[in-house]
Amino acid sequence: MTTTQTRPDHRGGNRVRSIAIWSVVALVGATCWAVLALSRGEDVSALWILFAALSSYAIAYRFYSRFIAKKVLELDDTRATPAERLENGVDYEVTDRRVLFGHHFAAIAGAGPLVGPVLAAQMGYLPGTIWIIVGVILAGAVQDMVVLFLSMRRDGKSLGQMVREEIGVVGGTAALIAVFAIMIIILAVLSLVVVNALAESAWGVFSIGLTIPIALFMGFYLRYIRPGRVLETTAIGVVALLLAIIGGGYVEQLGLESALTISKEHLVIALVVYGFIASILPVWMLLTPRDYLSTFMKVGVIALLAVGLVVAAPVLQADAVTSFATDGDGPVFAGKVFPFVFITIACGALSGFHALIASGTTPKMISKESHVRMIGYGGMLMESFVAISALIAAVVIDQGLYYSMNAPAGMTGGTVEGAAQFVGTLGYTITPDQLSAAAAAIEEQTLVSRTGGAPTLAFGLSQVFHEAFGGNLQAFWYHFAIMFEALFILTAVDAGTRVGRFMLQDTIGNVWKRYGDVSWRPAAWSASAITVGAWGYMLYIGVTDPLGGINQLFPLFGIANQLLAAIALTLCVTLLIKHGKLKYAWVPGIPLAWDLVVTMTASWQKIFSDNPALGYFAQASRYREARDAGELLAPATDADQMGTVIRNSMTNGVLQSVFAILVIIVVANAAVIWVRAIRAGSLPTTEVPHTPSQIVAPADFFATADEKKAVAAWEDERRPVRSGR
Amino acid sequence: MNAIARGWRGLRWYLRTFSGESRWDDYLAACERDGVTPASRRAFERHRADQVEHAPMARCC
Repeated sequence: MTTTQTRPDHRGGNRVRSIAIWSVVALVGATCWAVLALSRGEDVSALWILFAALSSYAIAYRFYSRFIAKKVLELDDTRATPAERLENGVDYEVTDRRVLFGHHFAAIAGAGPLVGPVLAAQMGYLPGTIWIIVGVILAGAVQDMVVLFLSMRRDGKSLGQMVREEIGVVGGTAALIAVFAIMIIILAVLSLVVVNALAESAWGVFSIGLTIPIALFMGFYLRYIRPGRVLETTAIGVVALLLAIIGGGYVEQLGLESALTISKEHLVIALVVYGFIASILPVWMLLTPRDYLSTFMKVGVIALLAVGLVVAAPVLQADAVTSFATDGDGPVFAGKVFPFVFITIACGALSGFHALIASGTTPKMISKESHVRMIGYGGMLMESFVAISALIAAVVIDQGLYYSMNAPAGMTGGTVEGAAQFVGTLGYTITPDQLSAAAAAIEEQTLVSRTGGAPTLAFGLSQVFHEAFGGNLQAFWYHFAIMFEALFILTAVDAGTRVGRFMLQDTIGNVWKRYGDVSWRPAAWSASAITVGAWGYMLYIGVTDPLGGINQLFPLFGIANQLLAAIALTLCVTLLIKHGKLKYAWVPGIPLAWDLVVTMTASWQKIFSDNPALGYFAQASRYREARDAGELLAPATDADQMGTVIRNSMTNGVLQSVFAILVIIVVANAAVIWVRAIRAGSLPTTEVPHTPSQIVAPADFFATADEKKAVAAWEDERRPVRSGR
Repeated sequence: MNAIARGWRGLRWYLRTFSGESRWDDYLAACERDGVTPASRRAFERHRADQVEHAPMARCC
């Protein structure tokens, strides 16, 4: 690597400077962590969390990711990447490292890191902060980087394919089913977040609804009026989007308020119909323009949030650790800090879903092997930063308000009086008047039981922006934040439904060849309908559950995502052992062991716990017994609702069991291979042999002077060859 | 002033490459190098859109 070729005469000075800089970073980090660890009962600024995170990321990137790159993976810039060897201008394409970083980040980051930390805030700010930072450094970023590397060395093969070829057919089949099922759950829970944010919010429905015509307009504009002018089109779209948010403030004056105040059930139908249509329409019409909008909004809002936090420097309102963490009786979701904080916060610390992206498009576009470090590890650190910002937004709002918003309607009764009283029983104080005033400040009808995380985050963001930038814009900021979360989620739903459709067509295509043809309408439509139907059903379950959908489904979502991570990390361990690198197997091995302990404990509790608040089957049998005895159990108000609770709990319990079993199959299958590989010393893998690379490019975000020189020399050398072609 | 101009050029380069807008320029340059008459912009962009059609675009949570 060019970075190490610093000339000896410069070395002494550089070395001293580098040691000085990293000592300062370490000192800042240590101070921030010490403050967070030692402060109790006094005013703690949110900036301590922010800077603890940033300095920890910097140190982890500089030292740990470098260790993984050099020793564990042995990234080799003399090897040609698939993009260089197979370049075809379609999927294999040599891409500038910074541009690819942007693409990869846009693909992995979405609503997940925004929602999980908000819900996990019921445990206090400390457990979430520690897990997000330690988790990303030792688990999440490691997974992303290693999977990206493994897929790159295999011409960009998918996770499922790699599991089948490197672990076995049994494991591979289990992984394939798990991936599809997990995706359905993820889509359902993300949609549930949107439904909860938009239900009974005319402003929200108005703005989000308008994103559809805006995206359609952009699609047609790009195709027929100004082909290829993406930036111009996106600028128009963003302006239209901002106008749509502002316009939402006038729904009352426009007389649209009652028409746009839509119940959750109707929103489910709208979302399912929308998802189906979006998945069969040509992508240029809706999906591509929506994706441009959401990507630019994403980056803009994250930058705005970072600036806002530093300027506003809010004070933490939550306790460091709440009693719910130790007693497991929190209203947002049931269970103790272990294992539930580690599954509630998935994206931002460790997210199995990233393994699908890291083994999809990104590895086919890497120009040099060394870029795996900045894109895989660096990209995930950036997502973790988003999660930390979301956590801060949730813990700087008044905690009485936090619990009023996040306790299910079954507990608060859905009224300000009920919420105030319920929050009082938790040991927090807020008056009905304060609750009404908070809702009025952001021009919403109510903030009681607005579960799902999105409204809470939006409220937190609006408060931070309001403090940072002034003006009387809190309502605008709230709806701006809702809009941007909904935009992410709808993009994920569009794209996810399409991916699900492709996966289904591909799988059935193995048996019935014609079905695999993605342009054959009957196949495309039926596969889309099955995918939409599956997540639509789960979404409906969540929406109608008297116990509160987020409360019931979010653990399932978190466990599913972390189980997918277990499959990915199992693959990483397997391949390191097969390559004869047993002594480094701990790098993915430690996060794998931790992840398995967490997910299996959580699965065990959700399946076998005899506490009805926690165990799905215990819950089902408690309600069944009550129903058979002719009783009604709160929050159910009639026999129908009793039936709903029983049916939903059974469904969730069965799904939970299936996921856990699938993962156990994959790990057991892999363990057989581990033993075999350890005995043999190493085993052959599907890694593509070394082909010399011609490309010269800097290794990290910023090019060193030597790297710049090398690139310039290479470009000079290439010029005459090109014109001779 | 120089730094601002450089920064602006860098940002413009980044956004154009990131959004794929610069593909057209690359294509024109390639056509010129090879002595081929380029297709119209509309035909070129339509061809690119057709490629995207068959590639699932994964977006995570």
